[in-house]
This record gives sequence, C-alpha cells and structure tokens, in this order.
Amino acid sequence: MSDSVTAPPGEVVVRLRDIGKTFPGVVANHDVNIDVRRGTVHAVVGENGAGKSTLMKILYGVQKPDSGTIEIGGEQVSLSSPADAIAAGVGMVFQHFMLADNFTVLENVVLGAEKLHGIGDEARRRVLELATTYGLEVDPDVLVEDLGVGARQRVEILKVLYRGAKVIILDEPTAVLVPQEVDELFDNLRELKAEGLAVLFISHKLDEVLSVADDVTVVRRGTTVDTVPAGSVTSRQLAEMMVGSELPSPATETSTVTDEVVLDVQDLTLTVLGGERKLLDGIDLTIHRGEILGIAGVEGNGQAELVEAIMGMRSTATGRVTLAGADLTGRSTRERREAGIGYVPEDRHRHGLLLDAPLWENRVLGHQTRRPVVKGPLVDRAGARADTQRIVEEYDVRTPGIDTLARALSGGNQQKLIVGREMSGDPVLLIAAHPTRGVDVGAQAAIWGHIKRARRDGLAVLLISADLDELIGLSDTISVLLRGRLVRSFDPEHVTPEDLGSAMTGAAEGDVR
Amino acid sequence: MSLVTAPRLAGKRRVTPGRVLLVVVALTVLLSLLRVLTGADDLASSGTLRATLVAAVPIGLAGLAGLWSERAGIVNIGLEGMMILGTFGAGYFGYFYGPWQGVLGAILFGALGGLIHAVATVTFGVDHIVSGVAINIIAAGAVQYLAALTFTGVRGGGQTQSPPIDALPAISIDALSDPLGELEAKNWFFVSDGAAVLRALVTNLSVLTLIAILLFVLTWFVLWRTSFGLRLRSVGESPASSESLGVNVIRYKFVAVLISGGIAGLAGGFLALVASSTFREGQTGGRGYIGLAAMIFGNWRPGGLLAGAGLFGYTDTLRLRGGGESIHGLLLLVAVLLVGLAVWQWRKAARTAAIVSGVMGVLVALWFLLSDSIPEDLTGMTPYVTTLLVLALASQRLRPPAAAGQTYRKGSAG
Amino acid sequence: MSPRTTRVVLAVGAPVLALLMAFVITSLVLLAAGDSVADVWAQILSVPSHRAIVNIINAATVYYLSAIAVAIGFRMNLFNIGVDGQYRVASFAAAVVAGEGWLPGYLNTLLAVVAAVLVGAMWAGIAGLLRVTRGVSEVISTIMLNAIATALVAYLLRKVAVDDGGNNTATKVVPEESRVPGIQLFGDVTVKVYGFVFLAALVGFVYWFVLSKTRFGFDLRATGRSETAAVASGISVKKMIVVSMLLSGGAAGLVGLPLLFGNDYSYGSTFQSGLGFAGIAIALLGRNHPIGIALGALLFAFLDEQSNSLQIVVGVSPDIVKITQGVIVLTVVIAYEVVRRYRVRLEQRQVAAALDEPATIEEAKA
Repeated sequence: MSDSVTAPPGEVVVRLRDIGKTFPGVVANHDVNIDVRRGTVHAVVGENGAGKSTLMKILYGVQKPDSGTIEIGGEQVSLSSPADAIAAGVGMVFQHFMLADNFTVLENVVLGAEKLHGIGDEARRRVLELATTYGLEVDPDVLVEDLGVGARQRVEILKVLYRGAKVIILDEPTAVLVPQEVDELFDNLRELKAEGLAVLFISHKLDEVLSVADDVTVVRRGTTVDTVPAGSVTSRQLAEMMVGSELPSPATETSTVTDEVVLDVQDLTLTVLGGERKLLDGIDLTIHRGEILGIAGVEGNGQAELVEAIMGMRSTATGRVTLAGADLTGRSTRERREAGIGYVPEDRHRHGLLLDAPLWENRVLGHQTRRPVVKGPLVDRAGARADTQRIVEEYDVRTPGIDTLARALSGGNQQKLIVGREMSGDPVLLIAAHPTRGVDVGAQAAIWGHIKRARRDGLAVLLISADLDELIGLSDTISVLLRGRLVRSFDPEHVTPEDLGSAMTGAAEGDVR
Repeated sequence: MSLVTAPRLAGKRRVTPGRVLLVVVALTVLLSLLRVLTGADDLASSGTLRATLVAAVPIGLAGLAGLWSERAGIVNIGLEGMMILGTFGAGYFGYFYGPWQGVLGAILFGALGGLIHAVATVTFGVDHIVSGVAINIIAAGAVQYLAALTFTGVRGGGQTQSPPIDALPAISIDALSDPLGELEAKNWFFVSDGAAVLRALVTNLSVLTLIAILLFVLTWFVLWRTSFGLRLRSVGESPASSESLGVNVIRYKFVAVLISGGIAGLAGGFLALVASSTFREGQTGGRGYIGLAAMIFGNWRPGGLLAGAGLFGYTDTLRLRGGGESIHGLLLLVAVLLVGLAVWQWRKAARTAAIVSGVMGVLVALWFLLSDSIPEDLTGMTPYVTTLLVLALASQRLRPPAAAGQTYRKGSAG
Repeated sequence: MSPRTTRVVLAVGAPVLALLMAFVITSLVLLAAGDSVADVWAQILSVPSHRAIVNIINAATVYYLSAIAVAIGFRMNLFNIGVDGQYRVASFAAAVVAGEGWLPGYLNTLLAVVAAVLVGAMWAGIAGLLRVTRGVSEVISTIMLNAIATALVAYLLRKVAVDDGGNNTATKVVPEESRVPGIQLFGDVTVKVYGFVFLAALVGFVYWFVLSKTRFGFDLRATGRSETAAVASGISVKKMIVVSMLLSGGAAGLVGLPLLFGNDYSYGSTFQSGLGFAGIAIALLGRNHPIGIALGALLFAFLDEQSNSLQIVVGVSPDIVKITQGVIVLTVVIAYEVVRRYRVRLEQRQVAAALDEPATIEEAKA
C-alpha cells in the first residue's frame, strides 16, 4: 500500500479502510483501501463501471458504505449526507455538473453555505477573491446557463473552495474538455496542491493521470488493486492493472472506402428558433459505401443538432439530404429510417429505449412500419419476439430473457441491444453518436467490432464521439465541427489528439478547408 | 451546454417603485380611454375597482400558494381543494370562535391539504397532478361531510352553509374617500379614473386584504432575499445540486408545500370571511385553478402574479356587476391588442402566427361593432377565456422552475 | 415463488392493500367525527338489493366510459382533466340532434352518437392544438375548457330550451323510437340496465385491441413512455398528441349517452355533472387496463349506491364515501409506485443473479 510512497509532502488526510457497498444484485465496492496525502494530486483510475464513482460518492456522503471506515484528518467520520462531508472538509466536482442553470454563479456558489458570508455583497467579494487567488476567472452575476463548459467547471471548483474544503474530489473532470482546456485545469490543480489541498482525481485517461498525479490508485471490479507513485509506472502498465489483461484498442483495418456515395448532405443549416444564431451553418458532407466519417468537436458545437437534422428530427433545418440517390429533404424521421438509416443515439436512456418496456417491445421501436416486427397495421408479437431473440444471441446481449425490462440491463448490454436493432432491416447508413459512452470495456470492444463489421459490409457510418482515440482508431476521415461549421478535415493516420484539439477550439483557425 | 453563448434575449427587468407607478398610470390611462371610447362607465368606477380588489385577493393568494409550491418543484393542482378546506376552516372556527380564529382555522385546514400533498408527492413520489386531483376530490367530499355534520340544525346555518360570521375589521379613510368620490363623479378623462383607483384603496379595505398584500411582499423578500428562499428555489431548479451541497431537499420541498397549503387555505378563508361573511359549499368556484393560471401568467414571480390576479379579478368583477356591457367594452381592447400582436409577429417574421392573431383580432372587432352587449351566460367564461388566450399567446416566453413536476428521490446527486 | 406468480401477486396485492388503507382512513375520519364506524360499514357493505344492483351497473357504465376516455390520455402521458367539459358539451349536442329527430328511428340515435363523438373530440382537440402549437399544458387548458363548457352550454341551452311545464330548462325530448331500450335484469323491480352497457363494453374492447395490438397503439404507448425515444423512432409526437386528444375527447363524448338515451331523454340543467373527475380516479384505480377500469367503475358505483341511504338509516352524511373515493386514488397510486420500485429492484437482482455478473453502477441507481 501507500506506505511505500516516500515523496516529501504531508501526512495522510483521507484514509479509507475496507470500504464496501452493495446495491440490489450488484457489488459496487468491496475491500477498498486508499490513503490520500496532503498537498498531492491522487488519481483513482479504473474502467467504466469499476466502481470509482460510487467510491467517491461514499467519500462525499451521497451514498453510505455498508462496511469499512473513513478517516479524515486523522479522525474517524461517519458521512451520511454531503452536508457531513462538507463539514469534514471534503468537496466534490461531479462529472455531470451540479449547477442550477437559472441561477447566477454567485447563487450557485453560496447555496448551502449561506452561513459563511451571507448571500449578498460580502459573499460576492469572497467569490471574486477566491477567483483571483486561484486563477478561476468568472463573473459572479451571470446566469450559469450562459456559461460554457470550461467556465461551469470553474464555478464547480469555486463552490468547493468557497466552503473551505481541504480535500477536493474531481470526477472525470476532463471528459468534457478539449486538450487545451485540460492543460488549464491541470494548472489550476497544481495551484490547489501548492496551497496544501489534497486533490482526488478520477479518470480513465491514463496519459492525463500520469501528467498531473503524484500517486495513482487502480480500481478494478469494485476494489483497489494497488497504489503506486505516478513516476514509477507507464500508462501501459496502468492499463493492464485496470483491466487485468491486455487492453482492446480501436485499431483501423484496411480501407474499404468505395466511390459510391451513400449520404450526401448539402448546405445543412439550422437556426435557433426565433433567433439569428446558427446551430448548424452550411454543412456539406458526403459518406461513401464502406466509409466511416468521424466528427470531432467540443460538446455543444452542433454535433447533436447535426445528427438530429440528418434524422429529420429538426423540422426547421434547411439544406439537402440525399441517401443513396433518394432525396430525403423534408422527409419525416420515419421515412428516413425506412430509407435505411440506423441510429444509435447519444443518450440511450432518453432516445434509444423505452426503459419500462420489455426488450422485445424495444425491438419494435424505430421499426414500427417494417417487418418482421409488424404485420400490416398490427404489431407482430411473435415476429418481434423471435427477432429480439436473434439480436440477443448475435450481439451477445446478457439478459435472462426478452421479457426483462430494458431498465434492468447494464449500460453495455442496453447499448448492444440498440446496435443490434439499428443494424436490423438492412440499413445503408449507420449514425452512431458516442456509441461507447459509459459502457464497460467488454461491451466497448464488441461495439467497435460491430461498427467495423458494418463498414466491411458496405455501410456508410457517421460516427460522433468525444473520445478522440476512438475517432482516430475507427474513422476513415475526421471532420471537426466548430460553432456549427465543419472547419477542417483530417486523415486519422496522420493526426494527433493535440491537432484535433486545436482545430476543435478554433486555435488553428484560418485554414478552413 | 454550449461554448457558444447566445446573447441574453431579455435583459433583467427590476421592479422599482418608479416602474410600478408607471404601470399603474399607464393602466389608468388605458381604462380611461376605453371608458370614454365605449361609454361603458362601469369599466373604471371605484365600485368596480373595489370589487376587483376583493375578487383579486383570493385569486392572488391561490396563485401565491402555487408559487411557493412550484418554486420548490412541486406542481400544485390541489390548490382548489386546499382552498375548499380553507373555506370550511374559516366557517367552522369563524362561527364558533370568532373571525380571527377563522383566519387561523382556514390556514390550518389548508395546510392539512398541503400536508397530504407533501406526503404523497415528496415522500411517496406520486405524480403531482394525480395527487392534486385526488386532494380536490377528497377536500370536496370531506367538506361536504363535515359541513353537514357541523352546521345541520345550527340556527341560520344548514347542511351546506354556516351561519353568518362576524366581520373582520376594515379600514376607511373618510377624509380621502369622500373628496375622491366627488372627483370621480365628474367623469373627467384620467383624473376621475385616477381618483377611482385611489378611492378604492382607501375605502372599506379589509385588514385581510392588507395582510394579503403584505404576504406578497413577504414572499418576494423571503424567496429572493434570504438564504432560506435561495435553498427553497434551488430545490425547484436543480434538486440534485442542492443535495450535493448539503441542502435537505426533501425537507425544503415539504415545508414549501405546507406553506403553499396554508396560503391556499387563507385564500379560501378570505372567500368565507371577507368576500361573503359566511361559509358556503362550492364557494371557491374554481378560483384555485384561476390562481394557478395567474401564477403561470406571472411567470412564476410575485409581481407578474399580482398583475395576473388583478386582470382575472377585474374580468370576474365586470361579470358579476351584470357586466354584459362592460365586458363588451373590453372586446375593443382585446381586438386592439390582438391586431397589435399580429403586427409585431409579422415583423418578427412569424407569418402564420401573425395571420391567426390578425384574423382573431378582426373577428373580435367585428363582434364589438355588431353587438351592444354580451349575453349574461357567456360573461361567465371571461376569466377562463382570458387565461387561455394569455397562455396561448405567451406560453413560449414563460420560464417555469426547471425541476417542477419531477419526482425527486434522495441520493440522486451525481 | 416464480417470477410470474410474484408479478400476479404484486398486481393484485397493491390495489387490495390500497383499498384496505382507504377503509382504515375513512374509519378514522368517522371516529374523529363521532359517527358510528360499524353502522356505516354495515350499511355500505350490506348485500345490495336488486334495484341497487341495476343502479350500480348503470352508474358503472357511465363511469366506465369516462374512465376509458381519461385512460386514453394517460397512456400517452396526457392529462385530460377536461373529460368533464367534453362530455357535457357532447351530450348537449347529441340531445339537440336526437331531439330534432331529423332521421327516423335508430338512424337518429346513430346520428346523435356521431355528433356526440365529434363534438367531444373537437372540444378536446382545442386543448391538443393549443399544446402542440402554443405549448400550453393540457392540464391547465382542459380545466379552463371545463369552465368555458359550463358557460357555453348554459347559454346555448337557454337558446334552444323548450318549455316542459316544469322548472327544468331542457332540450327537446328524444322521440320514443330513437330511445335505447333497457334490459330487464330482475323481474321484481322496474329499473332496467341501460342498453348502452354494450356500447361501453365495445368501447372497452376497442380500447384494449387498438392499444395493445396495433402499430398505432404501440406508437401511442411508446410516446407515453418516452417522448424523446418516440421522436427518435420516427413517431410524430405532435400528431400523436392531437390524435390522442381527439380520441380521448371522442370517447368522452359517449359518457353522457347512456343517460340521455336510457334515462333522461333530454339534456337539461339537472343533467349529471362531475363524471369526468370520477373518470380520472377510476382510470388510476384500474391502472388504465380495460378490466381493471371495469372493476374500479363497479366499486365506485357500489360505494355511491350503497351510501345513498346512510343519511336515513344511520344518520351519517353519504358524502363520507367521497372521502373514501378520493383517498382510494391516493393510496392506490402510492401502492402502485411502491410496487413498481420493488419490481425494478427485483428484476435487477434477477438479471444480476442470472448472469452472475455485476451490472454497471449507473444502472443500480435507476
């Protein structure tokens, strides 16, 4: 354990011993042991679903552990709510920001800590003071809904500092940032460390971890595997500790691109309802048979809108969309699906599934006009059930049966079901938005495999992802979407994540293709 | 989440005393114009305005009750039922113990309704609307049952109503009221109408009306100027954030709904104690729903709600004052507003909407020109039609609390 | 217990438990008020007379139609509080049409039924249109439309009313040959079961068939379960909202017809009101299931009928059952919600057990 660590700063401020937590049917954590020292950045790494987030929620009082002890600053504490954790000097920045959009920055920061400096001018002064000290620039009186991702994260960190936290937990803070913003964040973290705070940094991006952390704890299948000084390991070694074996990678295969155009989009434009601002601005793109076109971009630059416009879900979009020679302009979502578009949506819970319906009913979703799941105006129950069984087998969906509610499946299995469904009915175009977000490594590899197979089978694939490695590994071409415009194209063989990052933030503007 | 930020559509509009005065003056000019143009003198008489005040207070209080609850994220369609409970509470305690006890009884009974709503929606996660509907059913039944139990055989009372209740004190400033009355009688443009407005405020004003007005100020102060209010609003905007910062979400929602019930009960109590001085079954007449509409009209803010309550109270009053003619006069105003809206929409390039508004405006104008009065039965729908029109025209500009209507379970942070 | 038995036990157990709770709460109210709990229940739970049975069936028929109308909306996640206004406007229109007797015999009846459906659909359609074009919540708009319906019908009734010699303002009486004959259930009482009880059964069957067997029904349920997923699957949600409001309103249009053609024969100021709200309660009680709704309708009708004589027999206001009915709604939804949560947890455990593989953490919270 961390007794072997000999780096200079500080005593242990957080000591977790034998932490265990069970949810109905799921062991989220067991035998977790971590020591975090003052004035260090301590990374906790592990793959999706390994139990990192639950662990951090236990430390922040959101969840109560079933077993084990937590010591903070040498004293054993019992954290049954975030209020307890805050009182003990622990603060947390959640992966999905915890901000009220319709509140100002100041209101968001002081909420829950009104006793410190009130909610008025004194509080505002204190926020500005903290912002200056730690280089977290933000105007306290703007509404949060008007802020970008980076600024929101600064607000989150301010919230924690405002409460005088000694221990800061950051849950996957870099997931929504571009490389340049990540560097800024890391500078901020180093300042915090220098002020004597302990930073717990949750991530599964190992290069980032090694560049900022002092110690690294690896979590696998709900338990801590080991804690090592960051200087003593390579990212490859860490990765193997994380999965317990070799890592899969989305390596590209030989090109299967043909010159037969499947999807042709011209001058696709989408304007904010009743406003002037363009969410999509004159998008032109073509995808050929057997080609994967990757779209890179910082979240909120038009990716979701692009997909929805092509799917016909945005009725105000203008421009031409042609699929395999057939003009789809002005057609409904259903007609577009019937024309051969398969769609793996970004948010599978909201757009991909009926969570409280059994799997076989979910098979019908999106195919309500096509065999084998319907017959004339009636739902073909037997046909739908048989085809669901086929998908469960072919796509390795782990489920007790096809009458199970979709909600009960794990994220990876839900996603495999969706991919299987969308590959049914002979599509010619597959739109996959963040297909492996929040799924475990096994399912991730399987889904990559299915996308590659689709490409080999001659489908055109539009791949949207925030995971730059995934994009580079799978795509035949990568286009960068910035403020609703496709600003640059890259050949994935000759591009680095840093190049993509500059194009995504507009740092390299001027060379519009 | 977006890096590219939109310019704010509307700047923050602060309510300052100057602005309020400006609005009041503008409204008076408008009323005055309308009165002169249409010849419907009752449109702006102090009698109408005083009645408006009496009609607006229960609607406003109901809306205020809705505001408390919805700001904490709990949709409260059970306002009607809580008001019904309030009328009985006022009737029971008012008759047996005295008017002030009646006020407390109304609040208590309303809060009881709030308690049921809070237990159902906050503790058990029942759909807010379902719970509200159930409360309306329960309250109506319970009050019928209790009224029959309590007032049957009581002198002056009966199965469905209480005997008369002693009145709460009212305030009149005769030194101002009388000269203003004379001024009003002169029918001068604007001056007389202004006098009517003032006179309505200084003549026979019930203390409960005063208390209601104070409650509005208090609500604004508590919700927007104290940390309690900040927390309460936060659980209606983003309960997960609140919980992650140590705010006890469940407790705040619970308290908000209880307060909501109490205020709704007071609204019912006002009907029994001030508006009619006796409890009667069916006294609320859907005012809980109109209060809810007034709150939506006011965009979930006390100032806007006050305006909505005033508007609905005003139309309701015109109806009650045999206002076939007065409401007929209002048609002109509606026509002008609709045509104005059509022009504005046209310039905003919303062509279809503009045509719809324009045609509606012309139709209303034709109706105004081709008739002298509105049939009595139809005047009854004025507040409801107004509500629908306002919602149809403005709903896209409204901003309800982000988490209103959602069920929150502890441990959802993160 | 096998998963299937568990499911059945839970499905039946929840409403039974809810009913018991409602009875307990009502008893507490009675106790607090000083009325005799035992006497009240003895009266309510006594075996109904033949006459009462017929009345119960008739009342349940009307409740059933109302609840089906509400349930159509519920399946789509639409809250049609306006069934009350819809059926009154529609019944009025049907009464006028039937009273005029433009067509002979049952053709006249059919025309009136069509008119009722159309008018009910139209009245609900206003709320549907306002929702899709202007974003107005159907909850508020249907409440407003209820009140507007009251005023409108009062106004129109005065215009078309005929003088029948009494105090009741009413439409022209439906001609004898267009009335729907009742069914003589018992020889010893004169009251008959409404002929339109078959209409209610038919509506229930169509409701079940369309919703659970057809593509359209799938689209409707899918939209109700998740609007976002429905959009992504190619369903036009706006169209579905308008169509289901029209259907719900159309069904609501039928609510008053058994009364019109089997009992009142004209629409007057004394025509039964408030059926729409009972419909909401019954639809919730019956979980939007055609059989469940039938049981719920019978229960409500039973409580109504059996409480009628409370005042005379035990001297307690019959309004006490309104409390019971309201409380049932609450306890039932609470019971269903508790059971739903339990079932989800149970399924997750089963999935985990069947696969012997931990589900991901996100799922465990859902």
